[in-house]
Amino acid sequence: MSLIPFLFVVAIIIATVGLGLYATRKASSASDFFVAGRQVSVFMNASAISGEYLSAASFMGIAGLVMKNGYDALWYPVGYAAGYLLLLLFIAGPLRRFGAYTIPDFAEGRFDSPTFRKVAVLFVLCIGFFYTMPQMKGAGVTMSTILNWPYWVGIAVVGSVITFNVALGGMKGITFVQAFQYWAKAFAISVPFFVLMSVYGGYSGALKQNADAPADAPKFARDTTLKFAGKDKAPANAVSFSPLGLTEMRFPSTGAATIDKISTARKPASGEDPITLESPSDPSVFVATPLVVTQGGVPVELNGKPVKTAPKIEFANPGQVAFTSGSYVPNSPTNRKWIEPYGTLTGKHGYPLLYTYSLIIALVCGTAGLPHILVRFYTNPDGRAAKRTTFWVMVLLGVFYVFTPMWGTLGRSLLPELYANNKTDAVVIALPRIFENKLLGEILAGITSAGAFAAFMSTFSGLLVSMSGAWAHDIYGKMLNPGATTQQRLTAFKVAAVVFGIVSMLLGLLVESFDITLMVGWAFAIAAASYFPLLLLGAWWRGLTKFGAATGMLLGGTLSLLAILTFMGIEKKWLPFDAPPLIKALLEQPAIWGVPLSLGIMIVVSLITSRHIPRDISSKMLRLHAPEEMGYSKNYVE
Amino acid sequence: MTTVADDEAARAALARAMMQRQAALSIRVAAVFLILIFGLPLVNWLLPQAAGASVGGFTFTWLLLGVLFYPITWLLSGYFIRESDRIEAQIAAEYPHAAGKGTAR
Repeated sequence: MSLIPFLFVVAIIIATVGLGLYATRKASSASDFFVAGRQVSVFMNASAISGEYLSAASFMGIAGLVMKNGYDALWYPVGYAAGYLLLLLFIAGPLRRFGAYTIPDFAEGRFDSPTFRKVAVLFVLCIGFFYTMPQMKGAGVTMSTILNWPYWVGIAVVGSVITFNVALGGMKGITFVQAFQYWAKAFAISVPFFVLMSVYGGYSGALKQNADAPADAPKFARDTTLKFAGKDKAPANAVSFSPLGLTEMRFPSTGAATIDKISTARKPASGEDPITLESPSDPSVFVATPLVVTQGGVPVELNGKPVKTAPKIEFANPGQVAFTSGSYVPNSPTNRKWIEPYGTLTGKHGYPLLYTYSLIIALVCGTAGLPHILVRFYTNPDGRAAKRTTFWVMVLLGVFYVFTPMWGTLGRSLLPELYANNKTDAVVIALPRIFENKLLGEILAGITSAGAFAAFMSTFSGLLVSMSGAWAHDIYGKMLNPGATTQQRLTAFKVAAVVFGIVSMLLGLLVESFDITLMVGWAFAIAAASYFPLLLLGAWWRGLTKFGAATGMLLGGTLSLLAILTFMGIEKKWLPFDAPPLIKALLEQPAIWGVPLSLGIMIVVSLITSRHIPRDISSKMLRLHAPEEMGYSKNYVE
Repeated sequence: MTTVADDEAARAALARAMMQRQAALSIRVAAVFLILIFGLPLVNWLLPQAAGASVGGFTFTWLLLGVLFYPITWLLSGYFIRESDRIEAQIAAEYPHAAGKGTAR
């Protein structure tokens, strides 16, 4: 049944390898490997940057997140795309004119400090590995969704194909491939959607359903049997029923999931009467009904309406459960919460405005500080081309991202059962299969599966090039063996690509139970509080010293990372303590304090150490900002 | 005649003059963008009725964030590139003898 999607996935993998081999034939010089000979045309480079940027989180994650959380999740695609505007306004042109190979080159050249290069390399590798983990998870999950292959197979396939491509052709080998992959993804997110829309109705109609009946929620349109995860995949094994009405679940006689724990969906506030729920006497059926919250026997009211909750169950072992037609779909927010701002995503800690602002800052500033994207700006011939490239990237990304919420919206209307077993992340792949015409459905699912694969492969190859480049160029070529010949450095690049590729695959195996979007969030939060302040102040403030920049970057980046890890520890109950909601919001989304903290430390420490401002700072500033024809620009390596 | 390249003070003045003009443009465009992206959450918060107003099946705020935001950023970036090219051409014309030590490439 899944033969057709499988063939599409095989086709995109073959195209990737074939194009990589084709483009590689001429990649021989060092600059070919690291910056594709600096001769990539504006449109090709814009396609390649977009192809590299649209990762698993963009292709599958956003549609799933919009389906799950509604309006609040729209900030993700907007932030991912709009971050490029800040990059354009403050960073793209100067960075290219400075003419370094990598961000660590910039760090050293701007501050005349080889030590700072080491700090910067550390962050390239750290952000890189954090960003590869979700790509690997995406590959594993998609393969297991399409073909029921074990999780590790998808990782092994994507990992080895890309490692092979990168080791063979470096940056030049992947530029062409990534440009192709942008167009593959744009096709895969748009064309199947138009076909869906022509049969099942449009975007605004599906939104209107939610706006017109704000107090309602999605229901099962037919009897539906679903597979559930077990305790080992927690929290994916949890089912919170709707407080709006009745849900009936039947357990089949064989292969049924079994109930581990029954509690209530809403955590009781202090003073409220505890609600105890018993296991049903008939083990083959479970009927969930709304429960009235009481305090001292009197119903609790909020805005004149009684507060209700509903049962929540957690399954012990994986298995099947059948939902009766007309039942409310569990785990789904009400229409109002979904379509209005400040719903389930930003409102979860009770500080929705704060959460929203922090999320926006992380996404916008993080985009402008991702090393594997920044390294691509060096492949432009000059600063002017770098700016034009950024403009086209924004257009290409916008065209892609505008489709992602449409998938989430249609998914809510047409395939709400994905809420029940926490499979909203798969909406892009699952939705095309609703067609009556099975062949058409499989072909469209094949197209979106191939698009998803293009997403993991292109992002992973970009990350691998930037990490291997950091190793070969910054660590091996500048620190370990400064006298290395070009040939030696190329060998170092290839060895690094293979080693990092294997490490990434192993890391991917560890993160099966983590959320894709959450993991990408780590990388963005670290980048926002480390590289973004470095580049912004480094390009525009002559007073920034190496001590200021390094302390700000290290403290901002590591504290943000620690905050996120602490939050995860609390959520997964690895840490023995809880935190008040305000603190939890600040830990989960640290950018609102992390970015200003990093900028502040940079400014204060620089002012204290101002005698360390490089003597030739004016020349450096001219090199960053003077138009090319004035002759101040320079390339580090010819 | 001394060229700018020989003189640190003159270089500093040149860099400052150039960066001021470029930064003024960048900050102007960034201000519009930041007002939009940081203003929308406030509109949603303070004027939920307006945010929820129906526009062709969309709510106003969904239409803005989910669809229109992208073309708005394109306009801003197109405007920035045009202006920044103009400023740089002006700078290059004003300092014809400024060429320094190295040459590109």
